[in-house]
Amino acid sequence: MMTRISFILLSVAALTACGEKAQTLGTKNDATAYSGAANSFVAPGWTAGDKNSWEQHLRARGQYGQNDNSRAP
Amino acid sequence: MARMKFICDAERCIECNGCVTACKNEHEVPWGVNRRRVVTLNDGVPGEKSISVACMHCSDAPCMAVCPVNCFYKTDEGVVLHDKDICIGCGYCSYACPFGAPQFPSQGTFGVRGKMDKCTFCAGGPETNGSQAEFEKYGRNRLAEGKLPACAEMCSTKALLAGDGDMVADIFRNRVVKRNKGAEVWGWGTAYGSKQAGQAPAKVEGVKK
Repeated sequence: MMTRISFILLSVAALTACGEKAQTLGTKNDATAYSGAANSFVAPGWTAGDKNSWEQHLRARGQYGQNDNSRAP
Repeated sequence: MARMKFICDAERCIECNGCVTACKNEHEVPWGVNRRRVVTLNDGVPGEKSISVACMHCSDAPCMAVCPVNCFYKTDEGVVLHDKDICIGCGYCSYACPFGAPQFPSQGTFGVRGKMDKCTFCAGGPETNGSQAEFEKYGRNRLAEGKLPACAEMCSTKALLAGDGDMVADIFRNRVVKRNKGAEVWGWGTAYGSKQAGQAPAKVEGVKK
């Protein structure tokens, strides 16, 4: 009887770790940039959540805003 | 899309510090913390060169390698970000970074180093994109707003270029060809491992100077 009780107690003690949450280091999941921002400053001209649309928008914005050689006469 | 990169064109930078001001204003960075700064070589001497320096979001970031609590992560676009909830302010990243990018706020108790702060490529942090919590910890998330980093967009001479690596490299390549000079570009080789950058300009045959 004592053996059985001690076996059960030991099993319970051994299995308690199974219910614990992992304590691994690491960052929280970050949302992708193309999923958009939760504010009213989002630039128009692209669709939030559409990666291709976001990329094309940034590419066009970069070319227009930074490539002055393409605009010079 | 390739990955997000910075290029500072030392031939164009006029040391106006517009990029520094834009960054501080956009993210409401506190006193003593400079995510971006302008470094001038041979200041006051004719031919002086200035370069705008911040985190270059390295391909193989040394800060990520040395962080003892693994608080850094890299986004799909190659932007190196960190989680301030995990950072312990040890300063290892500051020693590892070849650009002096990691900054530590010095307010509060004497000798206590706060959480590390650095350029985020205007991509915020792990909090919800565009949220107040993200703004307070990391500043604005302009990438999620469909914009490029404020420093580059504000640069009056377009010396500082930011965006998709292919695009900024293309813009810079055009300038280099027009100037008839080599592809020397400060920090590019250190950050992105290009063997060409940092080399002496190659002589182009058949071109008169």
